[in-house]
Amino acid sequence: MQIIKPEEVLSEYYPPMSNHEALVEANRCLYCYDAPCTHACPTHIDIPKFIKKIASENVVGSARTILESNLMGATCARVCPVQELCEGACVLGSEHKPIAIGRLQRYATDYVYERGIDVFKPGPPTGKKVAVIGAGPAGLTCAGELAKLGHSVTVFEKRELANGLSTYGIIVLREPLEVAQAEVEMIQRLGVTVETQVELGKNLSWEEVKAGFDAVFLSVGLGAVPALGIPGEEHILDGLEYIEASKLDPHGMKIGNNVIVIGAGNTAVDAATVAKRLGAERVTMVYRRTDREMTAYPHEYSFIKNEGVEFRFLTQPVEVVSEGGKVAGLRCVRMALGARDASGRPSPEPVAGSEFVLPCDQIVKAIGQEKPLVAKLLGLETEKGFIKVNDDFETSLPGVYAGGDCIRAKGSASTVMAVQDGKMAAFAIHRKLAPSVGAAADD
Amino acid sequence: MADLSINFAGIKSPNPFWLASAPPTNSGAQVHRAFEYGWGGAVWKTIGAPVLNVSNRYGAWHYGGQKMLAINNVELISDRPLEINLREIRDVKRNWPNRAVIVSAMVESTPEAWRDIILKIEDTGADGIELNYGCPHGMSERGMGSAVGQVPKYCEQITRWVMDVAKIPVIVKLTPNVSSVVPPAHAAIAAGANALSLINTINSIVAVDLDTLEITPNIGGKGGHGGYAGPAVKPIALNMLSSLGVDEVVRKSGVPISGMGGISTWKDAAEFLLLGATSLQVCTAVMHYGFRIIEDLCDGLSSWMDSKGFKTIGDVVGKSLHRISDFKDFDLSFRAVARIDPEKCIRCNLCYVACNDTAHQCIDLVDAAGNRVEPYRYDLRSNGKHQAVSTRPQPVVREEDCVGCRLCHNVCPVDGCIEMVELPSGRPSITWDQLTKARPEVGTDWEAMKWYREEVGIDIH
Repeated sequence: MQIIKPEEVLSEYYPPMSNHEALVEANRCLYCYDAPCTHACPTHIDIPKFIKKIASENVVGSARTILESNLMGATCARVCPVQELCEGACVLGSEHKPIAIGRLQRYATDYVYERGIDVFKPGPPTGKKVAVIGAGPAGLTCAGELAKLGHSVTVFEKRELANGLSTYGIIVLREPLEVAQAEVEMIQRLGVTVETQVELGKNLSWEEVKAGFDAVFLSVGLGAVPALGIPGEEHILDGLEYIEASKLDPHGMKIGNNVIVIGAGNTAVDAATVAKRLGAERVTMVYRRTDREMTAYPHEYSFIKNEGVEFRFLTQPVEVVSEGGKVAGLRCVRMALGARDASGRPSPEPVAGSEFVLPCDQIVKAIGQEKPLVAKLLGLETEKGFIKVNDDFETSLPGVYAGGDCIRAKGSASTVMAVQDGKMAAFAIHRKLAPSVGAAADD
Repeated sequence: MADLSINFAGIKSPNPFWLASAPPTNSGAQVHRAFEYGWGGAVWKTIGAPVLNVSNRYGAWHYGGQKMLAINNVELISDRPLEINLREIRDVKRNWPNRAVIVSAMVESTPEAWRDIILKIEDTGADGIELNYGCPHGMSERGMGSAVGQVPKYCEQITRWVMDVAKIPVIVKLTPNVSSVVPPAHAAIAAGANALSLINTINSIVAVDLDTLEITPNIGGKGGHGGYAGPAVKPIALNMLSSLGVDEVVRKSGVPISGMGGISTWKDAAEFLLLGATSLQVCTAVMHYGFRIIEDLCDGLSSWMDSKGFKTIGDVVGKSLHRISDFKDFDLSFRAVARIDPEKCIRCNLCYVACNDTAHQCIDLVDAAGNRVEPYRYDLRSNGKHQAVSTRPQPVVREEDCVGCRLCHNVCPVDGCIEMVELPSGRPSITWDQLTKARPEVGTDWEAMKWYREEVGIDIH
């Protein structure tokens, strides 16, 4: 039997661009004015500017241009759905190949991280203190932007490592752990204190936070994968934990031979990729709607098909079949699409008498995440279970701001949206704390 | 099929393409291989005075990822012993009787030295001689090359010495490192030269190394000006070629011109022919891609000639010269405006920024509702390809304000997207020369200019 080495099969999918590749690609960019790629980027990175800096071999300046708009630029270079954003808007897309903006961004940001070059300095101290709850991309960005403006920031993170889903939830194939950690260290070098294994409501009280800080930014993300509510659910693994194990302890992972992944979002795709690459003979994704309604991006869908993963659309799990305490199969029912539901998608309905069993020995679910619990804890107003914020990212509690996945009532959750929230919230907090210099930060 | 053969001052060649006197024609083996590929002729790398060369002799200018838009060199004339060169020239000519073998020469400026080299060259059976009055580096420090070409008197004197001896056609190669190539050309013609060739390379320093602060290329810690050639010099060469083509003395003399300076493709070649060259010399393109490029030079030129109904090279030579004019004879009433085809436009806005920042501020960004919008005014909360693309405005030329400068046409990355459209100006044709002859004050007094503009309806704002 072939020995599978996780560090090989899960290693970053795209190789780094060589200097020559980057120069050729950067020179292909037309340098559009008021470029559509910049508009399409949720953080509005001045993309032609950073690309032309690569072309002129001013790579540090290029990285600074990227990080000025997006402190998590190294992560976004890897995980952004560029086909839907910058590259999708590239004017060369219609007749030519769009510029490989994501890979060029990775080239520039890796350049500074690999050389330990800091492109920003902390601002002159304002004497104001801000607490950030949750060290994901939104929280780190908000902390970093505030530190650049001279505020004293402490980030409280319940997990052992900072950088949220960039650290725990994105497979190494797309983003190595080191990249997420380099971003954390960069934020720390801006003077931000990151306290890990500190959780609000457990070993950190809301009173302490209120008393110790002038403003608070909540970037707590979302919760665990919700329950399906089917018999035998205790046998089903959590997709996010599955991915986390593939990053932190791939050698200790037990991979089934015949794996079913429930769900068809990007996390489900990642979980299926892990299973397939770590040796599962057969991986099947089970989804109650069709490929037209699935939330995974089209490029992720075509990627996972190329990985050899199979699909069962219009299929809903109803029970885990186990034998002797071990998973033996997943009983499912066929679905038919009916009227459109609240999400605007046709609502799937079970077809009577269509039950069947898909044999398998491991089941993983990736069907979204639970709504943030902190809203209830602090008594915040919510919208569809997400924390409700105004245009300044301020919650119903004055001085308490929020951003990232925990406020994403509309649109799809993504790193780049979280970064933009963190940045905009930081500027709003700054305007409130230091009105005399507010105008300078608001750009 | 067009007939590509030429008869250049008695030198016959199956096509007009000759390798220029340069590294590609350094040896018999190279010229032999070039002829196998189909080159019509070769001008042997200059032979003459003894020299020694240095390393790092070729520099290059690269731009925007495109390699070698120009080459720069401090290589001297042939450093191979004279006798070896002469023997190889003889061998090549014997093997290739129907190809043009021309030998470039440069010796000390004495009648004896020139007489000696001319006799030796003629003894090889070569078809012609090219006098190298152009080499701008090294040799010029020793009173040869461009040191001759820059002084019409020397040019004439040495050409006379040569013409007294030579029995085969003599081409005088001119240096571009002068304010005008016309006086040296006149000098060569006055001395009886059979033909002219131009341009030799241009004085240049190609780069400075930003790590070491050394000159590029670095020759043992030093560097200096070298001869500049390649695609980047083509417009300079075309101008100098045309300046001879329109010159009365040159025209009346009937001497043919061998054109060179950045010819890389058949299109370049056709332009040199149209501006008066009869034979064409190529160097940098060959140094970049090898002898094989002769295939498309001939094939492309031949197809173009067929499509235009030109049967011989002679039909093409000088065909565009009558259009070369001085500014004073341009029609001031000619009017063209830029028009952007929204179907072809990819909305890169390069025309907009070029016009708005650096030209005449007559391109607007117009949204789908037809309203003029400013750039960078989208809602910062909007994002994604659909919002970015669907809300992107269209650049539109305000034709009434367009001066027809053509900058937008030049910067547009899409072929055929921005066209210059000729529109009636409503004014009778008049040139600056005619205007200032009739009303001299218009050229000297802004008040008079103002009255003239008001009279004919020229509005500059």
